[in-house]
Amino acid sequence: MKLTHLKELESESIYVLREVAAQFERPVILFSGGKDSIVVTYLAYKAFYPAKIPFPLLHIDTGHNFQETMEYRDSLVQKLGARLVVGSVQESIDTGRVKEEKGYNASRNRLQTTTLLDTIEKYKFDACIGGARRDEEKARAKERFFSHRDEFGQWNPKNQRPELWNNFNGKKNIGEHFRVFPISNWTEMDVWQYIYAEHIPLPSLYFTHSRRCVLRDGVWLAAEPCINLRPDEVVVEQRVRCRTIGDITCTGLTVSEANSLEDIIAEIAATRVTERGGRADDKRSETAMEDRKKEGYF
Amino acid sequence: MELLRFTTAGSVDDGKSTLIGRLLYDSKSIFEDQLEAVKQASVSRGNEEVNLALLTDGLRAEREQGITIDVAYRYFATPKRKFIIADTPGHVQYTRNMVTGASTADLALIIVDARNGVVEQTVRHSCIASLLGIPYIAVCINKMDLVEFDMARFEEIKRQYLAMAENMEIRSQLFFIPISAKNGDNVVQQSSNMPWYEGHTLMHLLETVPIDHKCGDINEPVRLPVQYVIRPISDRFPDYRAYAGRLASGVLRVGDQVVVYPSGMSSTVKAIMQAEQSLEVAYAPQSVSVLLSDDIDISRGDIIVSAQGPRPCVEQTISMTCCWLNPEPMQLGKRYILKTATDERIAIVKNIDYRLDINSMQKEAGVTELAMNDIAHVTLRISSPLPFDSYRQNRTTGSLILIDPASFETICAGMVD
Repeated sequence: MKLTHLKELESESIYVLREVAAQFERPVILFSGGKDSIVVTYLAYKAFYPAKIPFPLLHIDTGHNFQETMEYRDSLVQKLGARLVVGSVQESIDTGRVKEEKGYNASRNRLQTTTLLDTIEKYKFDACIGGARRDEEKARAKERFFSHRDEFGQWNPKNQRPELWNNFNGKKNIGEHFRVFPISNWTEMDVWQYIYAEHIPLPSLYFTHSRRCVLRDGVWLAAEPCINLRPDEVVVEQRVRCRTIGDITCTGLTVSEANSLEDIIAEIAATRVTERGGRADDKRSETAMEDRKKEGYF
Repeated sequence: MELLRFTTAGSVDDGKSTLIGRLLYDSKSIFEDQLEAVKQASVSRGNEEVNLALLTDGLRAEREQGITIDVAYRYFATPKRKFIIADTPGHVQYTRNMVTGASTADLALIIVDARNGVVEQTVRHSCIASLLGIPYIAVCINKMDLVEFDMARFEEIKRQYLAMAENMEIRSQLFFIPISAKNGDNVVQQSSNMPWYEGHTLMHLLETVPIDHKCGDINEPVRLPVQYVIRPISDRFPDYRAYAGRLASGVLRVGDQVVVYPSGMSSTVKAIMQAEQSLEVAYAPQSVSVLLSDDIDISRGDIIVSAQGPRPCVEQTISMTCCWLNPEPMQLGKRYILKTATDERIAIVKNIDYRLDINSMQKEAGVTELAMNDIAHVTLRISSPLPFDSYRQNRTTGSLILIDPASFETICAGMVD
């Protein structure tokens, strides 16, 4: 008897989530409202059914969210009977923990790291479960399932703990924590096929809709108040959808008419650009992701 | 569609990156923006050709030094299968990362330069692959274009390798493929330059080799290590108690008689659940939760086993082959944390039976300390009896790690006899 690749990936992820529940005292799911963290939350629901998910969801709120993301988050939390914890970047700015970036490309993406680490410390979370995948980005390709963080929340990619078989070592000293990535081995296509197979509801942002947009450095951005327009930039109405969802300032929109999961899967199968190709946060330098991850980013 | 996990190891110049690049490129798994980023990075480094190694060497330190330090995982698919590549470093000082990548692989791809034949690294990588129980090794004899696609040279290297494999007691099933990664000969397309070769192309082998034949095999003994006990304690499910875990081998059915180790208590499978779905039968490597007919004491670390078929060993002394993974040497008599997939004990190393000199293949006796990357055979004494199988029988219930009790680092990988 053989498992299909999706069932095998599902089984692996559920195994990892159960290991987290067994090995840690205060785990939390990092919930962004994007498809990957939605799938992780769904897998957690499956892993512990009929018990509730034994950990809360943590949303790091940059204040620059799509309205649809917030609505989806609140309805999901209610449906699962889960606990939601919010870390506010605005609060970090107001209390002087971080300084808002200036200029046209100002983004709160990087500021999130401080808010995240402060929230982890405040609630004493010892394992943060994320939806990062190894196929997304070259630094993420190097991640373990159980990724150790020192007392400053930093990742040391040159000296990671060996991770053998499915034997996950979650032991740590006081003040240290782990990042855990249950869907490490999933590709973008796997995620979409799984969403399709399991009928997982998604925020409407993933499907085509009309939106006021602005083209910047070859990437379409949503023309929301948190985007500072340059004098020469023109706002136009476009049929777009999100391929990934982050905060508004770094979410590139795909011009698309894809209106169903079938359409999206066909679109992804034909695309010649990676999903993070539209992420402004990765374009800041060649090793932008590694540098942010070392500091404690997601 | 099935999933095949394979590992590759090699040094900078054997063409490994080119081969991986070709597999990814020919399966349309490299995207335009990735290729563009790699091109730009190659130019800014002064490389004359596009350096495909930059696709997998993602860390700043790796790019600076032009070497692979840690495992990178890459993904591609063909219409027949999905593939996970664990691309591992070849340097001796990163053996521990190679072991990480190899531990879950179904197949190891070992690349030999046709001009150089079997070299020290070939021996070491093959030895580790076999030690970790990888069922298949595909020996790709690369750069055939540089030896005029000579059949005699291919046969000579094959003989060399087979002699080495016999000497090293390599147990994996072997395949030999003459290729040119650069030109694509026998990678995806059958090569017209080597009409004398009638075997698989590499891609065909990857697409057709049987996957992890032990998993889900009806004749394999049932092993379900318990990870977690699901107890909702709710009005709807007041007395619900399910044992959650991932089947390590075998096929489990509702109504089966089971025995729980190490306690030895027995019961019957009342239900097998996958979230809301109730299953009649479950097989490895499915994650399930199991309800039993009797109210017996089961907790994390116990193993649920079919009453029929071979039982696991339950012992306090075990012998194993191990790879030492830490700069701090292994000390006889020191207390370490022993961790299996789901259970923990205290263990001390009673004896180092021998250390394997991977170059001379000599077993060195009288060793009292192990250094990083050493491979050895040791005897452990454990704080209380541990249920286990031999690693050759089962890669999950036959494997363990040792953890340093102060730093909590993973310092040793053990494969039980």
